[in-house]
Amino acid sequence: MREQARARVAAAAPRPGALQRRWLGPLLCVPALALVTAFLVVPAALTVHISMTDMSLSTLGSVSWVGLDNYRRLLSRPELPRIALNTLLFVAVNLVAFNIVLPLVVAALTSAWEERLGRLLRPLWLLPRVTPSVVYALLWVWLTAPAPYGTLNQLLSPLGAGGGSWLLSHPWPVLIVADGLVGTSFATVLFAAAIRAVPQELLRAAAADGASYWQTFRYVILPLLRWPVLFVATYQGLSLLASFEFVLLLTNGGPGLWQTEVWSLYAYHQAFSYYAGGLQMGYGAAIASLLVAFGVVASLVALRLFRFAQLTAEPRLRAV
Amino acid sequence: MDLRPTRGVRLAAAAALLALTAPILLLYAWLPVAAFARRTVGLRPEGFTLQHWQRLADPVGGATLLESLARSLVLSCLYCLLLLAAVLPAAYALSRLPLPGRRGLLALLLVLHAFPALSLLVGVYQVLRWLGLYDSLLGVALVKTAAEVPLGVWALKGFFDRIPWELEAAALVDGGSRWLAFRKVCLPLARPGLFAVAAFAFVSGWNEFLLPYLFLPSASQWTLPVYVRSLIADFRFVDYGVVAAASIVYAAPPLALFALGQRYLLQVYSLGGRVQAQ
Repeated sequence: MREQARARVAAAAPRPGALQRRWLGPLLCVPALALVTAFLVVPAALTVHISMTDMSLSTLGSVSWVGLDNYRRLLSRPELPRIALNTLLFVAVNLVAFNIVLPLVVAALTSAWEERLGRLLRPLWLLPRVTPSVVYALLWVWLTAPAPYGTLNQLLSPLGAGGGSWLLSHPWPVLIVADGLVGTSFATVLFAAAIRAVPQELLRAAAADGASYWQTFRYVILPLLRWPVLFVATYQGLSLLASFEFVLLLTNGGPGLWQTEVWSLYAYHQAFSYYAGGLQMGYGAAIASLLVAFGVVASLVALRLFRFAQLTAEPRLRAV
Repeated sequence: MDLRPTRGVRLAAAAALLALTAPILLLYAWLPVAAFARRTVGLRPEGFTLQHWQRLADPVGGATLLESLARSLVLSCLYCLLLLAAVLPAAYALSRLPLPGRRGLLALLLVLHAFPALSLLVGVYQVLRWLGLYDSLLGVALVKTAAEVPLGVWALKGFFDRIPWELEAAALVDGGSRWLAFRKVCLPLARPGLFAVAAFAFVSGWNEFLLPYLFLPSASQWTLPVYVRSLIADFRFVDYGVVAAASIVYAAPPLALFALGQRYLLQVYSLGGRVQAQ
């Protein structure tokens, strides 16, 4: 039916001029592509280019080519292993615990067993994602503030624990939970939608076979969540790698020297912070370029993993 | 055959969900308490006052709350319009028109969506200097737009894809032009998607901290997040009651928009409903 209707339409549709037919589509994509080129593609090339110069506050106006010097300097820095390890810890724990495991648990609880409660609570979970980052960071500063001001210390005082600033004594747990909860809501929503889309027959069949709730989740639902989990893992993983907003707002890499400095924050500090790095754009660009290179490779790999063919099914209109 | 979970399973699920929600409630409860209390000890207010709200009128480091609010509003609207102007035609073309290299373009946008754009700050800074857009709202709005174009195109294309082609075809068969079919059929049907992308853009522009912080350095260009941040950073003036009041003013618009259009906004995150189980 549908095919016939389409064929009829193709035959009957008025044919605009050949020029318009061929150029309309590409023409409509020009604004989007121009923006992407000017502010993503060109900056990517520029970042790599600048990374091979000595551009900084003191050399503005007389920038010279230094080849791979910035990279050599980066590799010889004693703080580099620390920063690499920090980044790995931050991204891996955040991703696995707060972007995959916790959202899976919450999504399973809300879509398979407690749907009404889930609908009620979901707006609350989404708060961290919708709240401006500056305000959200402030809330965490207050929650973890030293006694008698901080909420956490107030709650723990009957137990005789805590007292000081949690952000100073336990910067990593605070950072990871604060940043992690922003991603949790996002992944939960995707996973919950995917669980709701699981065919009821499968669940019935599992129940008929006497499967427990855990078994149903593990052997029926979980395998069907491969694509959303993969999407979240690659997308959130890459965005965590480059994101330093909450680290900047909460600890700014401290409290100890390099204690919570992650790769992207390091690049930012060297390139843009007068106090921390003296505005060494070239050196900062070298640090960022390694991220860019990793980002390009990882997103190409991600693209291969995505079920891309299905996402880009041909348009419904073939001939006009 | 009973598919409903047992009472025990439901109770355990409810308990787990409430336990996971409690920290978020604790986190946010402080804000309204601190804004109206003379002093807070943990979550316990000591004395009621409105003085924090009165002090919001005082300028901080060369900017006032109202000026920053106005600038944030301009930036968010500018960004919203730019994003729609770039994304709407592209999404329509990718969903409906014959396009050479269509698959490649979609792949490119998907890669760019995953690509960590924040690592390009040095390059972006250089481009803004060249264009004379450093320290200007337009510059920040353009950078922000470019970063969100991939997500926007994919999300809006998802909305267009769900409109049955037969409806548009009917308009064409009746002798209408492509433009007429777009205006009379596609656009009205894609309105929820347009609202969703627009609201998403507004919220994301309003909340954006890093780009204005980096690329709008003069105090005369401060947006609200930079203003609120400077309230906290300025040690001569660290009054958390005032910070809480300012934060409520700042966070109210995105939270209100979200409360009103939660369902639509969530569809943007899932690329117009495409990230689903297989």
